[in-house]
Amino acid sequence: MSTFLGMPSLPVYGTGNLHASQSFPKAAHRELGNAQLRANLGHATHTIRDKRLNVVSELPDWENLRDAGSAIKESVMARLPELLEQFEANFTARGGVIHWARDADEANEIVAGLIRATGETEAVKIKSMATQEIGLNEYLEEQGIAAYETDLAELIVQLDHDKPSHILVPAIHKNRTQVRDIFLREMEGVDPELTNDPARLAGAARAHLRRKFLTAKVAVSGANFALADSGTLAVVESEGNGRMCLTLPETLITVMGVEKLLPTWQDLEVFMQLLPRSSTGERMNPYTSLWTGVTEGDGPQNVHLVLLDNGRSAALADEMGRSALHCIRCSACMNVCPVYERTGGHAYGSTYPGPIGAILSPLMTGIQAEENNSLPYASSLCGACYDACPVKINIPDILVHLRSVDVDSKRGKKKIPTQMDIGMNAASWALSSGKRLGMLEKGLPLGRLAAGPDKKITKLPGIAAGWTQSRDIPAPPKQSFRDWWKKEHHAPDTAPAAAYNQEDQP
Amino acid sequence: MSAREEILDRIRTALKDTPEVPVIPRGYRASSQLDEAELIELLVDRLIDYKARVSIVDTADVPAKIAELLAGAGSYVVPAGLDAGWLTGPELEQDSRRRTDSVTAPLSVAELDGIDAVVTGSAVAVAETGTIILDGSPNQGRRAITLVPDHHICVVKVADIAGILPEALGRINGTRPLTMISGPSATSDIELERVEGVHGPRTLDVIIAR
Repeated sequence: MSTFLGMPSLPVYGTGNLHASQSFPKAAHRELGNAQLRANLGHATHTIRDKRLNVVSELPDWENLRDAGSAIKESVMARLPELLEQFEANFTARGGVIHWARDADEANEIVAGLIRATGETEAVKIKSMATQEIGLNEYLEEQGIAAYETDLAELIVQLDHDKPSHILVPAIHKNRTQVRDIFLREMEGVDPELTNDPARLAGAARAHLRRKFLTAKVAVSGANFALADSGTLAVVESEGNGRMCLTLPETLITVMGVEKLLPTWQDLEVFMQLLPRSSTGERMNPYTSLWTGVTEGDGPQNVHLVLLDNGRSAALADEMGRSALHCIRCSACMNVCPVYERTGGHAYGSTYPGPIGAILSPLMTGIQAEENNSLPYASSLCGACYDACPVKINIPDILVHLRSVDVDSKRGKKKIPTQMDIGMNAASWALSSGKRLGMLEKGLPLGRLAAGPDKKITKLPGIAAGWTQSRDIPAPPKQSFRDWWKKEHHAPDTAPAAAYNQEDQP
Repeated sequence: MSAREEILDRIRTALKDTPEVPVIPRGYRASSQLDEAELIELLVDRLIDYKARVSIVDTADVPAKIAELLAGAGSYVVPAGLDAGWLTGPELEQDSRRRTDSVTAPLSVAELDGIDAVVTGSAVAVAETGTIILDGSPNQGRRAITLVPDHHICVVKVADIAGILPEALGRINGTRPLTMISGPSATSDIELERVEGVHGPRTLDVIIAR
């Protein structure tokens, strides 16, 4: 367990599966080589986009709901200590037990300890981003405890020994035929005649997990919402695996980030309208379960909640970035993102992929952690994610903010000016005066020379090489726009058509 | 310092700029303004869209409808507090196929696994989203009984239909063990296409009682 001598220096960053171990451009390059992945992602993200638009356009007050959702979350962040204490008092008063975890290791140790205390060596699991973030399954396995994922997509990923690539549909990168092949290969006692029909595949998962559900003594879950004024927890799901885990076992252990609170029961009416429509594009998800501590004679009698910091307080300390904590994990931002659609979730390294991951991961770990400083650049800043976000997180603004944090963090470290510093200073000198720019433009023919007979520059030197890595630059024109303008507007004898040479003004 | 104190301390330090607590703009709809016939029509439309099976009957005909829907069931369970009068008539009275479950005399999970169907009431329904909310009241019983059997027959009284979610949640006590059900169990996990029938009941019959 983490121990500190005296006061730790703040902020304290998160640990666990929050890091890109390879820079985003490199990882994206690797993933882009997989044409099947791109086809699967293109199909799935376009399906969900259309569904989301349909159900969102049905609601006349969608924008009002977004405004309310955004303000509620802002208020939660501003009042977080007070709301956490209120939630704790209510949950505890109704028989629940609260544990606090500073980081991933501490949370893992608490969960393993609670499972061990029951005398069991296995647990059933509901899909949870928090437990994915802390690497709970791997930790439990080391401790000799088997954790069985029961969500269909998590099951596919677990059986394939793969990693999730999407926060809602972890196996979004697999198509139905690949899923069938995984089941045939890895699922004990599966019907060898299994087809790739999704209904048949879902049926196979039902048969496979049924016995586990009916005999499990311990379940581990995440939570979508926690209501401070009542001490209530909520899990939103589709398949009924959540209900099985939340209802049948004797012991229930929930792991939840501290930011998941909502102040009041009334606030649920906002989020239960925003979340299903934004995530699966349904008016309502098939099942939502809510529980408040222990209910005698109904459901688990041994109810625990692990409240997790793991870098959330660090994200909260960033005034520009803290609204990333408003995220309700719907995944709408990744479904509309042109970058995610092509690279998939694995390219982001962290448990949290896509636009939200590109801001959340570096905010939780600090920009200097491993390769996370490459994530804020994994965007064209088109703004589709901001438009889709049900709680209006301004992801493009935070991306730009984190890019500046990244640049500043590097500037501090190096005494010698970098190529970027030199380039920016040169640009500042040149662009601050028309005369200087004019002088530099005289050098354009040199660029034409460098481009050669095919009129393309295919390789730039130094840091500019990144630009030509995946595209060519056309040869510069013979004359600059400013020269052309001068001739056009100050030489009345010259006919405009003659002065304008289309080939030279791309 | 305990983990609790330390985390709360970190959070307080993170908020040292004392961000403003905004007023929540609740400009969204608080009610649907639909009349009874419109509520029923909307609820039915949404339930069918989820592949639930729906029948609308007069309250007096609820027992006959339940008997009809249970025709193929070898066994079924009811909560001890199911509305008196729903299990009347020649087929259901003294029915040997029936098991009764209560908090004081609960059926085991293995017993429930051997039962084909379950009949319950409901707390409130949301027309706009096709959602039925169970709150563990005596006519709905423990959560396990509506989960393990593969066929759920659920009676919704017309008076319990709310237009939209804010109206419905306003009628519910949030500290009860709640289950919100919108159609039979389903998944969108393969290529994001919705497929019905995973771990929860694969058949959901809704009887709307006028």
